[in-house]
Amino acid sequence: MRGIELDVNGDRLETAAPDHWTLLEVLRYKLGLTGSKQGCDKGDCGACTVLVDGQPVLSCLTLAAQAVGKEITTVEGLRPMHLQSGGVGADPIQDAFDRCGALQCGFCQPGMMLSARALVAANASPSREEIQKALSGNLCRCTGYTQILEAVETAIAERVGAEAPRPAWVEDREHVREGELEARTPAKEAK
Amino acid sequence: MAARDIHGPEAPWKEFQVVGKSHRKIDGMAKATGEAVYADDIQLPGMLHAKTLRSPHAHAKIVSIDTSRALALKGVHAVITGADLPIKYGVIPWTPDETALATDRVRFIGDEVAAVAAIDEDTANAALELIDVEYEVLHAYFDPREALERSEPTIHESRKNNNVSKHVELEFGDVDGAAETADLVVKGEYQFHGSTHGAIEPHCAVAKVSPEGVLTLWSATQISHYVHRALARVLEWEPQKIRVIQPCIGGAFGGKSDPFSLEFCVAKLAEITGRPVKMLWTREEVFYAHRGRHPMQLAYRTSATKDGKITGVDAKILIDGGSYSSFGLVTTYYSGQLLTGPYDFPSYRFNSTRVFTNKPPCGPKRGHGSVQPRFAFECQLDEVAEQLGIDPIEIRRKNFHGEHTQTVNGQRITSSGYMECLDKVERGSAWRERHRQLPTGQGLGVAGSMYISGTNYPIYPNEMPQAGIQLKADRSGLVTVFSGANDIGQGSNSVVRYIVAEELGMDPTDVRVLAADSDLCPVDLGAYSSRVTFMVGNAAVDAARKLRAKLVAAVAEHWEVEEKRVRLIMGRAIDLEDTEKVLSTREAIQLAEAKFDTLGSTGAYNTPTLGGDYRGGTIGASPAYSFTAHIVEAHVDEETGRITVPKVWCAHDCGRALNPRLVAGQIEGSVYMGIAEALMEDHKVNRFGLHSGPSLLDYRMPTAIDTPDIETYIVESVDPEGPYGAKEAGEGPLHSAIPALANAIHDAVGIRLRELPFTPAKVLAALAEKRMSEGAAAGGAAAKAMAKKETH
Ligand code: FES
Ligand code: FES
Repeated sequence: MRGIELDVNGDRLETAAPDHWTLLEVLRYKLGLTGSKQGCDKGDCGACTVLVDGQPVLSCLTLAAQAVGKEITTVEGLRPMHLQSGGVGADPIQDAFDRCGALQCGFCQPGMMLSARALVAANASPSREEIQKALSGNLCRCTGYTQILEAVETAIAERVGAEAPRPAWVEDREHVREGELEARTPAKEAK
Repeated sequence: MAARDIHGPEAPWKEFQVVGKSHRKIDGMAKATGEAVYADDIQLPGMLHAKTLRSPHAHAKIVSIDTSRALALKGVHAVITGADLPIKYGVIPWTPDETALATDRVRFIGDEVAAVAAIDEDTANAALELIDVEYEVLHAYFDPREALERSEPTIHESRKNNNVSKHVELEFGDVDGAAETADLVVKGEYQFHGSTHGAIEPHCAVAKVSPEGVLTLWSATQISHYVHRALARVLEWEPQKIRVIQPCIGGAFGGKSDPFSLEFCVAKLAEITGRPVKMLWTREEVFYAHRGRHPMQLAYRTSATKDGKITGVDAKILIDGGSYSSFGLVTTYYSGQLLTGPYDFPSYRFNSTRVFTNKPPCGPKRGHGSVQPRFAFECQLDEVAEQLGIDPIEIRRKNFHGEHTQTVNGQRITSSGYMECLDKVERGSAWRERHRQLPTGQGLGVAGSMYISGTNYPIYPNEMPQAGIQLKADRSGLVTVFSGANDIGQGSNSVVRYIVAEELGMDPTDVRVLAADSDLCPVDLGAYSSRVTFMVGNAAVDAARKLRAKLVAAVAEHWEVEEKRVRLIMGRAIDLEDTEKVLSTREAIQLAEAKFDTLGSTGAYNTPTLGGDYRGGTIGASPAYSFTAHIVEAHVDEETGRITVPKVWCAHDCGRALNPRLVAGQIEGSVYMGIAEALMEDHKVNRFGLHSGPSLLDYRMPTAIDTPDIETYIVESVDPEGPYGAKEAGEGPLHSAIPALANAIHDAVGIRLRELPFTPAKVLAALAEKRMSEGAAAGGAAAKAMAKKETH
């Protein structure tokens, strides 16, 4: 057991934890910040990604003691920080993920969003390949990544007032105006 | 009673206000901000942590277990073994062959033997080391053929002299006759490997027992109701003393649809210790728990006329079930029953046998039981097309079974947008300009499929509804929905919100949903067989219509107008003939509460009578089927054997898309998962039965870089019985991705891969074989030509 003082989402937090506990364990089980997820506990999935001094870090591979004296940002910090800096709603990345349908089960997403956030902080207009690369340490099993990439591209485009990407199904469905879809009842087929 | 009797697929108020639009999900922001609570996020005061001791042997008798040293360790509160939970269970009531902890036999490496509750995980793990188990090792089976042929020892004592888990043989029409009279018969043997769900959240359960004697279990399950029943059975508790809650769940895909050992163990440990107990499995343990895709060995014979009409399909399938039954009875039926569309063939036979082996148990993975036969059959269809010189899309059109028809095995087909699906992917991929015309090494392949939207087989026989919804209207203007459904990320709570908001003309954000809590919510059978949108959606329409009638009646009485003049729309009640008259939903609810007393309603859904009139005829009989077409582009490197998939076009007929964005998400997730298992994933054990790589590093799941570009098309063949015409979207779009890839590989380099996964080694071997046979053919031709010359 050792006393530990961490700088998380702008707060100085004190707790005590066994020496071998990881940053993820301390965040989740001592500080009650359960937004960071554990999918493997050995550095394979990225669900536990947090920002340490702005860099994405696997908190399951980081001893809590190693994070002392550094600025830690977890998913819980994004919305309050956005509000504090005068924004409305949630962080643009969070909002774009929500609007684009990228949050299915949501388990990979705290880590995914923090990786995305570190990318857009470092690179104002990353290419699709750069986005894929930046997110390649975060496994998602639900989305096939398509709507995640769309969400990141949407957030980037909206920041500069450019047009957000439009997936094929949106274009394709444009003719489906109300009333145009007919029920496939046998009677209708017969006439 | 059933909703399907009282509403059609049309909008409740002429035009849809909510349905058909890409609204946000009900829990999207909670998930985006880290606020959503998953099972492992639950911390209760005084909570203990539990761990499981697992078998190091693939097949062994337990001679003795001594837990005394573990119990003596400081910080250990309880140790349980099979003797504490001896009652057998299984998700299918006819095949209970699992116990929470092994009683006298272990059947795979990783089988659960004992569980410890301690002050923390470290102490619990230390205690596991102190449990002494003596085993007597038995012969273990890893090859399903051996398990089929050899009967000593049997893996389950209940099976007399064999290791057969389930055998089904059904024949419709004259298959052998069709083969005799056919112009073309194509035969092939195929192998489908195992793969696992890989949900990013590991299984986790928390239990507590209140002083009043109520057990509450929070579990990452996709079938709360069956867990509830299984707990009552195994713990021998009355079901009304048990409360099962599914918190937010981090992915499932079928992998959380059996009752699992940890659920019984935490409940028992909480009962013994009087303290809350949590068990979180490690990623490694999740691989042992498995319940993933069944490996299958499939032999197909397809008969056709020379103009490409399929006349008969004959299938023989050996299914490797792993160590327990799980859903195996259903798997065995599904392996045959779900192949009979979207094509019409007059004769069909399948002979499927599921055997036990000493491997992690298989179960339902996305596209349960039908992904493997679909792969084999759609490859056969490609060969038929090739041999007859017919375009592969054309042959699929030619054999399409149409709408409002019946399949050869007696399944009722209602709506089908399969032809539109084919059109969309054909156009999107520029098929006509590119198929057979791409440079060597690049190819396009097509395949199609069909899947169920739930079935009328409720797993345990009963006459009660398969899905239930309860509504409460509050005078604040809030409507709360109590839904039994398990939202596993697919968005069932969102769908319920959209439907209720649509019916009551409300702003969706004024509808809140409380789900999957057995104390509060009516029963729904669970998130499996793609049943939720269809069944729970219909129940939601049913409940909302009843509440709507009350609101409309109260408003009409208040305005002294006829009810048909009242419309609920966008958070208001309006009079269609007098624009002066407007009330808010809140006022309408208050009027109705004054008139009718406390406001609420219930709704339910049950399937109509469906299915063929033979044993097993209801398994796979669905109120509506979804349809899919895929075109996959594959690039094959002939030097290295490596396959890459730059792009996939997928069109899926989901009936009416209640929220097109969520539908697209389901389609894309399915495509990803299909390509992933075809190219990268392999769930297997080594020759000792040890899992070959139980980690997310060794079990290779695609990253954002590995996943192809997916072009999604939503086809909407509004179904007469779905909620507003909706059908399933979560499982169907996985199926045809795999055979379309196989067919694309053939278009690229002329080889037919019949064994999954498509590894570089298999590609290189097939290429070498092709070169040899071409060489032989060329050599033969040259020799013939020489011989001819000499005779002159
Ligand atoms: S939990 Fe840290 S990488 Fe998986
Ligand atoms: S949304 Fe479920 S794992 Fe990514």
